[in-house]
Amino acid sequence: MTARLLNRRQLLATGAVVLVGNTLARARNGTVHVTIETLAFLPAEIEVKAGETIEWTNKDRFAHTATVEGGWEVLIPPGKVATRIATATDTVEYYCRFHPNMKGRIKVSA
Amino acid sequence: MKTLFALFGAACLVLTASLANAADKPTDPQIAHIAYTAGVIDVEAARLALSKTTSADVKAFAESMQKDHEAVNDMALALVKKLNVTPEDNATSQALSTAAEEKRAELGKLDGAAFDKAYIDNEVAFHQQVNGALETLLIPSAQNAELKGLLETGLKLFQGHQQHAEHVAAGLK
Repeated sequence: MTARLLNRRQLLATGAVVLVGNTLARARNGTVHVTIETLAFLPAEIEVKAGETIEWTNKDRFAHTATVEGGWEVLIPPGKVATRIATATDTVEYYCRFHPNMKGRIKVSA
Repeated sequence: MKTLFALFGAACLVLTASLANAADKPTDPQIAHIAYTAGVIDVEAARLALSKTTSADVKAFAESMQKDHEAVNDMALALVKKLNVTPEDNATSQALSTAAEEKRAELGKLDGAAFDKAYIDNEVAFHQQVNGALETLLIPSAQNAELKGLLETGLKLFQGHQQHAEHVAAGLK
């Protein structure tokens, strides 16, 4: 991947390359997406930086939550999108309060 | 008293016998009927709970049961329509309905904390029973791939419900 990227860098104009590099590193434009489908968080594990937005898209017909035991909770209605701005202390495991067999994990990177 | 025990024994036998018959090989139309009936039973139980409970946790649980089971039953109806399958009443569906009617009558006489506990305990047991039937009988017997897929989604959903009920039960103690 890196080698291929370097090759592309050699081929492309410098300014454009910087842009491409930026897009890859910050691939999600400040938003990390989690899809909820058939009672699962996909991907189950995400890595974010503090200040970035976590966005859950619920494709199920059922209401779900992202709930941290003793902490915050985001309600994600069926067919809707819900978000949370990640904080520095958001390295957590979360689950759906309505279906606790649905589990996810957030890791906040520096 | 003896007669009562005899009657109770007979009711248990009917349930066991009909489940044993179903184990012979439920057809897809029968499977659809059993799954749909189980959903209707839980929606009715949720309605009863919503008319009685004052606990926020029990209310949230019952609301979730009502919405989820209605949604999955809508999906089931859409699927049987698409597949041109007519759900077929059968001994297992009837035994489930009879047992549920008896349970509803029993719960109807309770109030307050006694109702909450009996309702949630029954929800744990009911989902356990349905999940067991899905895993060992209904999913393995389903012939149509889409029906099997919906039953598998149902199993995940109801396993979630069972855990939710267990959480609520732990909070009531």
